[in-house]
Amino acid sequence: MERIGVFICHCKLMTPIDTDAVLEAVREKSGVVHVEACEDLCVTPGLERVQEAIKSEGLDGVLVTSCSPVLHEEVFRHAVTAAGLEAYRMRLVDIRSHDGIKENTERALEAIDSELEALKASQPPVLRKVPVIKKVLVIGGGIAGIRASLDIADGGYQVILVERTHSVGGHMIQYSETFPTLDCPQCIETPLMTETGQHDNITIYAHSEIEEVSGNIGNFKVKIRRKAAYVDWDKCNGCLMCTEKCPPRVLSEYERYLNLPKRQAHRRAIWVPHAQAVPMRPIIDREHCLHFTKGKCGVCVDTCPNKAIDFEQEDSFVEVEVGAIVVASGFDLMPKSYIKEYDADPDIIEGIEFERILCPAGPTTGKVIRPSDGKEPKEVAFISCCGSRDAEHGVPYCSRVCCMYLVKQALLYKHVCHDGQAYIFYIDIRTTGKNYEEFVQRAVEEDNVLYIRGRASKIFREGDKLMVWGSDTLTGKRIEIACDLVVLGMAMLPSEGAAELAAKLGIATDEYGFMTELHPKLRPLESSVPGIFLAGCCQGPRDIQDTVAQGGAAASKVLALFAQDEVELEEAAVS
Amino acid sequence: MRTEISTETLYSDFVKKVEEISEQKLLSCYQCGKCSAGCPMCFAMDLLPNQIIRLAQLGQEDDIARANTIWICASCITCSVRCPRGVDLARVMEALRLIEARKNVDHVEIPDIPKETIAELPQLAMVGGFRKLTA
Amino acid sequence: MTLSYYPGCTLKTKAKNLEDSAIAAMEALGMELVELPRWNCCGTVYSFAGDEELHQLAPVRNLIRVKETGSDKVATLCSFCYNTLKRADLLVRNNPDKMHTLNTFMEEEIDYEGDVDVVHLLEVLRDDVGWDAIAEKVQKPLEGLKVAPYYGCTLLRPEDIAIDDVERPTIMHDLLKTIGCNVVDFPYATECCGSYQIISNPDFVSQRAWDILSSAVRRKADAIVLTCPLCDANLGQTQKEFIEKRSDFTGIPILYFTQLLALALGLDPEVCRFELNYVDPRPLLESKGLLRQ
Repeated sequence: MERIGVFICHCKLMTPIDTDAVLEAVREKSGVVHVEACEDLCVTPGLERVQEAIKSEGLDGVLVTSCSPVLHEEVFRHAVTAAGLEAYRMRLVDIRSHDGIKENTERALEAIDSELEALKASQPPVLRKVPVIKKVLVIGGGIAGIRASLDIADGGYQVILVERTHSVGGHMIQYSETFPTLDCPQCIETPLMTETGQHDNITIYAHSEIEEVSGNIGNFKVKIRRKAAYVDWDKCNGCLMCTEKCPPRVLSEYERYLNLPKRQAHRRAIWVPHAQAVPMRPIIDREHCLHFTKGKCGVCVDTCPNKAIDFEQEDSFVEVEVGAIVVASGFDLMPKSYIKEYDADPDIIEGIEFERILCPAGPTTGKVIRPSDGKEPKEVAFISCCGSRDAEHGVPYCSRVCCMYLVKQALLYKHVCHDGQAYIFYIDIRTTGKNYEEFVQRAVEEDNVLYIRGRASKIFREGDKLMVWGSDTLTGKRIEIACDLVVLGMAMLPSEGAAELAAKLGIATDEYGFMTELHPKLRPLESSVPGIFLAGCCQGPRDIQDTVAQGGAAASKVLALFAQDEVELEEAAVS
Repeated sequence: MRTEISTETLYSDFVKKVEEISEQKLLSCYQCGKCSAGCPMCFAMDLLPNQIIRLAQLGQEDDIARANTIWICASCITCSVRCPRGVDLARVMEALRLIEARKNVDHVEIPDIPKETIAELPQLAMVGGFRKLTA
Repeated sequence: MTLSYYPGCTLKTKAKNLEDSAIAAMEALGMELVELPRWNCCGTVYSFAGDEELHQLAPVRNLIRVKETGSDKVATLCSFCYNTLKRADLLVRNNPDKMHTLNTFMEEEIDYEGDVDVVHLLEVLRDDVGWDAIAEKVQKPLEGLKVAPYYGCTLLRPEDIAIDDVERPTIMHDLLKTIGCNVVDFPYATECCGSYQIISNPDFVSQRAWDILSSAVRRKADAIVLTCPLCDANLGQTQKEFIEKRSDFTGIPILYFTQLLALALGLDPEVCRFELNYVDPRPLLESKGLLRQ
């Protein structure tokens, strides 16, 4: 014979219901021996009421009408188990509703009935103790992945870091300077990249991708595809002599396919992205290599002192077992071709392309030139919100970093081109971080950056100039600017292939492909699968500061997990 | 003189009528100005299209009536096509014109149009123009 | 093959050159444009009013006329007619209650049920005839003629009736390339000419016309090619004033796409009715050797 207690929480924040009617109806139900309405069940006095009732009435089952089960389950589980009731004999009934009292009450009664049946039918869960393998897989070698890897490795555990491109560093290493300190990212990130490369506890698989994932928290089996580089990285010593003689000149993905005069931004078919690459090992691009396309050349073979070139190399696979996974797969920018009212023109470029031009370690060594003719642009227009905040043609969300990086670029441009003029077309200026607002005001007051409030409707070429049609909504004027270069603050999207990666991991994504956290406010680091954590822009647009903080936070989640030797899982959760 | 904004102006009959005829939610507009930026006729307008919809949001019927904007609009629909918030501004402009026109006020004086113009122009100019600009 | 064809008022008067060249060109391509019997004026501009259906009567009644001929498709030549008929059709398809109101009001007519497709002749050429089929029939490729296709507004906006990409259409580009022209892009290809403002604010339309014409001239176009009789008038008539007042402007011929199509298909230039064009294109065509048969 069952002895079930039903507790109706009616705090001020709870969905309003006809409590008396519910109490009366529930009292009649078979198996229910105790019914009471309490205020604030989720805090200590309320929990103590439940514990008292369990002991004094000998309850063998408890139902609690509550708000969010995700946020309250743990609290009630602890409370009932402390009173001697098994956790599976406690169920929360989510009665949240937004209608009138009559409808809410009906819905609550339906929910209580359904949970009551479930409680009566409930079986003790089959629990399995799973040993925790104290090794972590970090997917993505950008700044999020690097921070997470270093923190976990410093904590004493093995890290496997998988990076799709052939160097870690992510997007941060491509930038000219970072806001608001104007640090050079090559200077501040390289020590971290080097440390990652040299750390005893970190193994980097660069030029690699995740092939398959199975398993569960504590024990994930991962198959990693190490893509063929056509260079034996064990024999290679990173001297890069092969790259000096290679004939083809190819538009470089690292340089965002910038086509600059004198092919300054081109790469070879055998290449490394930049002088600080970790690992410092080249790959051969089959599609442009003369050996693969025409059966000719082989200059790299002759040049290499260690005979490291291996045209026969194939993809290989590594299988690892890890206890936790940190996803740090990063972001990409929306292609500028998505905005058709802005012409496809060499001098209409997106943010990261301009970073490469401004970058002192970049293809022009920081000389500001425009792609079409190599001349120094005297007037540059920066357009905010390209594709962002546009539910109709792009994405509805704000990409968070563009306001800051566009003004940073404007300021850096002025520092190089003293007689240049920067215009920033904006709708709002979002400067939420430390020293961000001051940074913007400095750009305006010291460098005469002109902010024009209004989106640009059309951008096209007229001879040597680019015409930007905008408006100044503050004075009510239609604006036309004839400038030399246009920089677009394109929307941030999850990096290419994120959806496929999420599918392999079995984790949820939102409609834009960003990985979904368990709770947006209180559980931002956990994906929908226990043991898989999130860090950085794979979860949503953010700047470097927040990304680094999140990388470290994800690491702490992993370290907390690894502090246990075993985790207990319900059979259903084990695959 | 200060402009009064209150629930009276925000939910006035005028605002309700504009939203009824245009079937648009005026508050969706976040004043980004892209409509004005692409408008082919705004060089001749007293107030820009984005300012007109802002005035409509604030229920300022008289300011809209004093401006020539809605009568210079050529209904090219560029604004609606580019609006990131999906506001069909062309319909809002039409609603504002209709509210005026239904007061039996014309905005083109037919007798004033030179005979040669009428003879030379395709009739679709006349029909279209009279439909848009007269009661 | 036959296709139901809705002319609209202007095609019968000021835009006879568009109609005649179109009918002749389509015949040469094996398609007969059969004029819709008892058609009425479409109303020219689509009524945006959400609180009344009165102005949808005129366009919808035309669609009922199409149904009466046993056809489920009608082609228009005039861009304005295309826009008005198509949008009225979409309105009633998406709003059964409005369709019901209109049908009830027009009780002597058969019911309209959203069962007629409205297309523009350019779509017929692209989708039903096909560029390859047209290419095969070209007798006189219009080589050496640099043309700037001008789309205007009504074929492309709003998006749900657009016959091609709203910002970067290529349908006229493709036709002109097929018939051998050298096609020139210019930034004002989809910019409004000022439309009906010609009757109330002709000076403003004049300014718009200058922006459009001068842009095409800067891109070295020999002629502008378009589809809409109102754009034709706005861009054509205003040129007199510019030629008089500006020493650097000598005029730029404006042609309908059907006129060039007819010419390229080897038809007698007489059917093109070039004499009706606002700026006579014959000297230009003659200079390119394109008028000789």
